[in-house]
Amino acid sequence: MRYLPLTAQDRADMLARIGAASIDELFADIPGEHRLNQDLELPKRKTEMEVERLLGCLAAKNVAAGSVPFFVGAGAYKHHIPATVDHLIQRSEFLTSYTPYQPEISQGTLQAIFEFQTQVATLTGMDAANASLYDGSTAAAEAVAMARRITKRSKAILSGGLHPHYAQAISTYSMMADDDAVILPPDVLAAEDLGALIDNETACIVMQNPDFFGNLRDLSPLAESCHANGALLIGVFTEAVSLGLIKPPGAMGADIAAGEGQSIGNRLSFGGPYLGLFAAKSKYLRQVPGRLCGETVDDLGRRGFVLTLSTREQHIRRDKATSNICTNSGLAALAFTIHMSLLGGAGLERLARANHANAASLADRLSAIRGVEVVNKAFFNEFTLKVAGDGARIVEKMAQAGVLGGVPVSRLLPSKGLDDLIITASTEVNTEADRTAFAKALEGALSC
Amino acid sequence: MLMEKRAPKAQEAGAARSGTFTGNRGLEIEEGLVFEIGRAEASGVDIDEPAPFKHRLGALAREAPIDLPGLTEPEAVRHFVRLSRYNYSIDAGIYPLGSCTMKHNPRLNEAMARLPGFADIHPLQPQSTVQGALELIAELARWLMVLTGTEAVAMAPRAGAQGEACGLMAIKAAIAAKGEAASRKVVLVPDSAHGTNPASATAVGFEVRVVPARADGTLDPAEVKKRLGPEIAAIMLTNPNTCGLFERDAARIADLVREAGAYFYCDGANLNAIMGKVRPGDLGVDGMHINLHKTFSTPHGGGGPGSGPVVLSARLAPFAPVPFVRRENGAFRLVEQQEEAKESFGRIAAFHGQMGMFVRALAYMLSHGGEGLRQAAEDAVLSANYIRVCLKDLMSGPFLERPCMHEVLFDETWLKPFGLSALDFAKAMIDEGFHPMTIYFPLVVHGAMLIEPTETESKASLDLFIAALRDLAFAARRGETERFIGAPHYAPRRRLDETRAARSPKLRWKRPGDSL
Amino acid sequence: MTTHYTKTHEYVRAEGNTGVVGITDYAQSQLGDVVFVELPPAGKTLKKGEEAATVESVKAAAEVNAPASGEVIEINNVLSESPALVNEDPTGEGWFFKIKLTEPAELNGLMDEDAYREFVKTLS
Repeated sequence: MRYLPLTAQDRADMLARIGAASIDELFADIPGEHRLNQDLELPKRKTEMEVERLLGCLAAKNVAAGSVPFFVGAGAYKHHIPATVDHLIQRSEFLTSYTPYQPEISQGTLQAIFEFQTQVATLTGMDAANASLYDGSTAAAEAVAMARRITKRSKAILSGGLHPHYAQAISTYSMMADDDAVILPPDVLAAEDLGALIDNETACIVMQNPDFFGNLRDLSPLAESCHANGALLIGVFTEAVSLGLIKPPGAMGADIAAGEGQSIGNRLSFGGPYLGLFAAKSKYLRQVPGRLCGETVDDLGRRGFVLTLSTREQHIRRDKATSNICTNSGLAALAFTIHMSLLGGAGLERLARANHANAASLADRLSAIRGVEVVNKAFFNEFTLKVAGDGARIVEKMAQAGVLGGVPVSRLLPSKGLDDLIITASTEVNTEADRTAFAKALEGALSC
Repeated sequence: MLMEKRAPKAQEAGAARSGTFTGNRGLEIEEGLVFEIGRAEASGVDIDEPAPFKHRLGALAREAPIDLPGLTEPEAVRHFVRLSRYNYSIDAGIYPLGSCTMKHNPRLNEAMARLPGFADIHPLQPQSTVQGALELIAELARWLMVLTGTEAVAMAPRAGAQGEACGLMAIKAAIAAKGEAASRKVVLVPDSAHGTNPASATAVGFEVRVVPARADGTLDPAEVKKRLGPEIAAIMLTNPNTCGLFERDAARIADLVREAGAYFYCDGANLNAIMGKVRPGDLGVDGMHINLHKTFSTPHGGGGPGSGPVVLSARLAPFAPVPFVRRENGAFRLVEQQEEAKESFGRIAAFHGQMGMFVRALAYMLSHGGEGLRQAAEDAVLSANYIRVCLKDLMSGPFLERPCMHEVLFDETWLKPFGLSALDFAKAMIDEGFHPMTIYFPLVVHGAMLIEPTETESKASLDLFIAALRDLAFAARRGETERFIGAPHYAPRRRLDETRAARSPKLRWKRPGDSL
Repeated sequence: MTTHYTKTHEYVRAEGNTGVVGITDYAQSQLGDVVFVELPPAGKTLKKGEEAATVESVKAAAEVNAPASGEVIEINNVLSESPALVNEDPTGEGWFFKIKLTEPAELNGLMDEDAYREFVKTLS
C-alpha cells in the first residue's frame, strides 16, 4: 500500500527480533471476546485515481463561489487570495511540522507566529495578540471566559448585533460553566441601548463591529460605561478586512478583541478550518488563553523565538489552565501572515476601500429595485436587504437562476419576524456584470 | 551596495560564529522579520484604487494608517522560504513524538481539499447547492462510526480538546435530562491523563478527581469502583493509555461506571494503535473524540488546525450538538436549530466543522480501505515494539519487558548516573538529525521519554534511528557529555533562553525607540 | 525568631506576632527559574493550608499555601520586577508576604529546621 513502507519481509524480520510468533501476540491485551477477527464493513482500498474520481464527483455536486456571481457573507467572506499564499503554506517545512516545542528546529514556525502576533495586535489596535485560536466564535467565547476570570463576575451581556452562532457558542459554554449570558434580541437597526444594562455585576459586554446585519457600531461610549462599572468591553469582528477601513476595537476602548481571521489568506472551505484572532491589553496578558510566542536569544546571543508563558496552558496547569485549548490554527495563521505581508498596511487599506466601493455600488443598484430596501445607513462590505417577500425563498430562487445572493436572516434567526431580511456581502471579487446578474435575479425572484 | 536592512543581532553574533560577512553559512540563511525587511510602500498585491464614491462609514472610518510594511512577491517568497528552512518536518525525517502520531501527510489529501467544490463553498449558501459537501460529511461520519462501533458522531468540534469538551457537555446534558445535575458533578481522571482532560472537565463545570494507576501502568477496576458513587458524572480514560499500554480492563470499568449511573468518556488520541483491531464502542465507550490530525493524517501545519469529531453511544446520541447532517428523501440536510433537535445541548462553534480536514481524512480512509487501516495499526504497533526490544538493553523504562502498543515509554533513570537528563538526551538527538521524542509526558513517570514511530517509517529509517540512539546511549556511558550538555550544536539556533522570554515577555515587534 | 516548615515546602519565619512567608531553597531548585509570582492582596485573611499565592517557572506552576492562619499585612512587591530573587535568596529577599498570626499555636504542628532537612533528604 502506497503509504505503508514495511514489506512482508520487514514485518517477518521485525517479529522475529521481537520474539513474537505473530502480530496478534502484540495485541494480546485486547480481551478475546472484543478482538475483531475480520475486517469491518468498509470499502476496499482505492488507488489515487479512484479516490480522485470519487471525491471529484462529490465536489462537482457543489456550486463553487468562483463559478457564479457570489455575494454570501454573514461571518465568512470570499476574497481573492494571491497564488503565492497557497504555494508557500504547502512547503513541507510549514505543512508537515508540529507545534514548535523544540524551538531550535522550529524557528520558521516561531518567527512566523511572532510576525502574526505583531500584525494582529497592530490591526486590532491592542497591545498583544496570541498565536490564534480555532475560530472567531470560540475566540469570542474565550474572551468572555477571560473577562469572568479577571472581574470575578459571571454576567456577560451579548449585543443583539452579535453573529447568532457566536452568541449560541458563548451561551453554551456559559451554561455549562453555570455562568450567566444575557443575549439581547436581534438588533437589525443598531438601536439597542446596551449601556443601560451595565451594572457592577457585569463581567463583560460583547459587541460586534461591523455587526451581523452590517451596521457599523461605535464601541467608545460603551467602553466608558464598562470601565466605570468595572466591566470589560470585548470587541468582536467577523470580517478582518474591515480593519483596513474602520476603527479597530483597540481605538474604541475595547479590553479584548476577538474575531475571525478567515478573510485574510484562507478560503471559504464550507466553514472550516478558520482562525480565531485574539488580542488584549497588556495588563491582562497572563489571563490570555492559547499559545504565545516571545522573543529571546540563544546561548550565542542570536535573536530567536520560543513559546512562552506556557504555565497558563493545559499541559502544565491542567485543571487550572486558562483554557483547555491545545492546538492553535497554525497553518491558517501562517496563510494570514503571508497574505498580510504581501498586502502591507497600505495594501489592506486599498483592499478595504475596494470592498466598500463595491458594496456601495451594489447597495445603490439594489435600492432602485421596487420591493427592495437597504436597511443600513452605514456599512462596510455587507448590508441587510428588506424584501417584499420571504427571504429564504427569494435566495433559493436566485440560486436556481445562478446567483448566490446572500443569506436569509431566517436561516440563523428563525421565527423572529425577520423572514423578509437578507444579508448580502460584496467584496473586491465582484464585477459590474455580477451586480447586473444580481439585480436581474432578484427582480426575477420577487416577481414570482 | 551594502544591504541596508538585515537582522542586526543575527549578523553580529552569527558573523562572529560563522566567520562570514552575512552571518550566513552556505544554505543556512539568516532572515530578519518582515517589519525589518518590508517597506510601507511595497505590496505584493495589485489593487486598483476605486473611482471616487460616496463613503457609507458614518463616523467610524479609521483615523490612523496601519503601521505594517508590505513585501512584493519576490521578497515575500524569499522571506518565507528562508523561514521554512529553519523547520524540521515529517517530510524531512522521523518525528517520533509519543501521543502525536506524526505519520506521513499524503499529498493526495491536499489536492482533494483544494478542489473548488470543497474549498470555495460557503457554509451558509443554500443547502441545495452543497449536497456533495453534506454527503462527504455523512460518509466520513459513517466511517468513524463503523470503525468505532458507535451510534452517532458529532462532527463540529474544531480539535481534540474541543471534542473532549463537547463529549463532556453531552454527558452533562444527559445527566441533567435524568434530573441529576445537582448531584453528579465530579469527573474521574487517571493520573497519567493528558492535560487537556482535566482542563476540559473544569471548563465544562465539573470537579476533577484523580485515580492512580496500578504498578503495571493500567487502571485497576477495584480502584475505580472505590471512587464511584452518586456524585460521579463520568470517567475519562485514554485507551491505549498515555504510557502506551492497552487498558485491558476497560470493558469491566465501563460496566462498573454504567452500573453507577455515570458515563465513560474515552480520549481517542491513541486510536492509531487499535483501528480495525477492536472497536471502542464494544468496550462500552459512551463518547470518544478522534483526532483527525493524528490518526487520519491531516497535516499538523506547525500546530494546527486540527479536527476532533466525537463518536457517541446510543445513551449520548440524543444530546449531540447542532449542527449535524441528516439524510432525508434521498437528499442531505443540515440540522442547525436546537428547536429541531430538542435534546441537543446546543452549538459549540460557528458553522459546521473543519470541512478542509474532513476531505483530507476521507481521502486517507478511502486510500487505505478497511483492511489498510488495520494494517496501519498493526505496523504502528510492530514498529514501536521493534524499537522497544532494540533499545531496552540500554535505556530504562517502567514497562519494557512486556509488549507496548503504538508507542514505547522510556525514562531518564538510566541517564542520571552520567549526570544527564531526558532534556539533554533529546537535544543531542537534534544534532543527529532527528526530532526528539516527547519528553516529560506522561507526568506519572520521572523524566518520561515517549517514542511513537508510526506506520509510515521504513525499516531502514527505524534501523538508523535505533542505531543513532544506541550510539548516543554508549556516548553517555563513556562520559562524552559534550555531545549532550549545551546541545544542540548544529541546529539553526542553539538552546534558547526561555527564562528571559517569560520574565520580560516581548510578544510583538516594536520599532527601536518605541515604548509600549 | 524561629523558622517553621511545611511538607509542601513553604516556610514561615515568626518574628513576634508576624510571620514572614516564602518558599524554601529546595522548592525553588525544583521549580527552576522563577518567572512570575502572584501575591495575595494586603488585608486578605488566610486560613492555614489555604491557597495564598502562585509561583511560576518556565516549566511549572505551583500553589503556595498559607503555612499558618493570619491576615496579610505586607507583600513583597519587588518580586514583580525581579522574580529571580526567589531563586537567588528564597529565605531572605525572596520572601512572598507577611501575615499577622491569628493562631500562633499552629506553628507547633510544623517542622523545624532539622526536621525539614531530614524530610528533604527522603525526597531525592
